[in-house]
Amino acid sequence: MNLKLKIWRQANAKTTGKFDIYNIDNISPDISFLEMLDILNNDLIHSGKEPIAFDHDCREGICGMCSLHINGHAHGPDSEITTCQLHMRKFNDGETITIEPWRSTAFPVIKDLVVDRTSYDKILQAGGFVSVNTGGVPDANAIPISKPDSDESMDAAACIGCGACAATCKNGSAMLFVAARVSSLAKLPQGKVEGARRAKAMVAKMDELGFGNCSNTGACEAECPKLISIGHIARLNREFLSAKLQD
Amino acid sequence: MGNFLCSSSVGRKLIMSLSGCFLVLFLIFHMSMNIAAIFSEDAYNMICAFLGANWYALVATVILAGGVIVHLVYAVLLTLQNRKARGAQRYAVTVKEEGVAWSSKNMLLIGFIVVLGLLLHLYNFWYHMQLQELLGNHTNDFGYSPADGVSLIRDLFAQPVFCVIYLVWFAAIWFHLTHGVWSMFQSVGFANATWYPRLKLISNIMATIIFLGFAVVVVVFYIKSICPACCVA
Ligand code: HEM
Ligand code: FES
Repeated sequence: MNLKLKIWRQANAKTTGKFDIYNIDNISPDISFLEMLDILNNDLIHSGKEPIAFDHDCREGICGMCSLHINGHAHGPDSEITTCQLHMRKFNDGETITIEPWRSTAFPVIKDLVVDRTSYDKILQAGGFVSVNTGGVPDANAIPISKPDSDESMDAAACIGCGACAATCKNGSAMLFVAARVSSLAKLPQGKVEGARRAKAMVAKMDELGFGNCSNTGACEAECPKLISIGHIARLNREFLSAKLQD
Repeated sequence: MGNFLCSSSVGRKLIMSLSGCFLVLFLIFHMSMNIAAIFSEDAYNMICAFLGANWYALVATVILAGGVIVHLVYAVLLTLQNRKARGAQRYAVTVKEEGVAWSSKNMLLIGFIVVLGLLLHLYNFWYHMQLQELLGNHTNDFGYSPADGVSLIRDLFAQPVFCVIYLVWFAAIWFHLTHGVWSMFQSVGFANATWYPRLKLISNIMATIIFLGFAVVVVVFYIKSICPACCVA
């Protein structure tokens, strides 16, 4: 495949960036999107140019490190996958592919396509955990959890914190991420104990970091590589509002 | 406790949801009241007289105006915060994500169209009715009694241009409500995967009933104006 790539280049957080055009030829449709970028970077390095910075780590859809807004979609045009799981066969020969970094005030660009997502870590640090004295390993059957509850909790726990939700949201809202964390713990007896405190602390941190309000458009859910449902946002709203009303 | 309603995103959406719900209930009341005008002009004018410049109607008017203002102020506030959170640097390529309704992304724009219609409507009716009564006038600019709502309706919807403007206004409300109604349940946390299809269906039905309920009065009075014999009453 021969492709024209329109890629955002930006030296650092302080400079203004711009799109550069790259033509790349003889790309196999069977390689991954990130491998295609590796090939381009290899060419750039060999011709003495600065390679394109982009985030990646596991390359198997579990770490949440890869990002990229590809042709208008977070993680590219395919659904239910991360950018590292995207293949070139999803594109057409001769196509122009526009690659942009996540754009959100709370995710400032560090370089080229790499953005700073520490704001998500800070939200987690504010309450996305269970504080317990661990002690010995308890008996697995000591705390019964119903199948629907454990399923819902695990569905929410599938969130890899990649940032696609806030990157997609027209309001730059992190609600889907926060909701997934709050929901997965609220559905389990171990996490429920601190449910009220957690919901309040995480929402407060999210607001403080400059994420937007939720307009319930559902765009986050549509672009989420893990199909996290906005039903978790409803649960977050419930948890938060009932916690506040009990204060 | 109370300040989370201003200071937190979820609290602000609670205000949006409750004020929106209040406005929806008002629309249903207003629509039902209007429909009386189709069946009996006298009945309609009796309702108008009942809702004139007496204390309960004035209290209700003030509460209603308060609801509109709260909804509008929060709408602008939320949208400004949201734009700031999105950042100055926008995507060069954007798409319509699967399953995302146009209305949901354009609530403020639709809301402004609703406000324009509302201002025109307040001039067309409220100014010539309750306000005149408050000012102690026994007739309005048209020489009608302030409680004679039917004459205002009859004159206004004899003019095709006003019929069209009002129908466009109702259409804007339709778009607002197809997203707004289910969204107000989501904002208070009453929603889940089982209920989304039902809530969205309820939204569409409510929005359509409200659209038709208001539009039918416009259409009936327009038909009456061109063909007095077509509709009795
Ligand atoms: C006919 C009168 C109106 C009714 C019945 C109504 C109803 C609603 C409802 C039920 C919602 C959903 C609340 C939620 O998401 O929790 C809503 C949202 C909204 N309304 Fe209205 N509304 C009306 C007029 C207006 C006006 C005049 C404006 C502003 C100019 C406006 C702007 C908005 C905005 C921006 C939202 C979305 C807020 C967000 O989610 O970010 N509305 N409305
Ligand atoms: S690189 Fe780990 S999820 Fe894509």
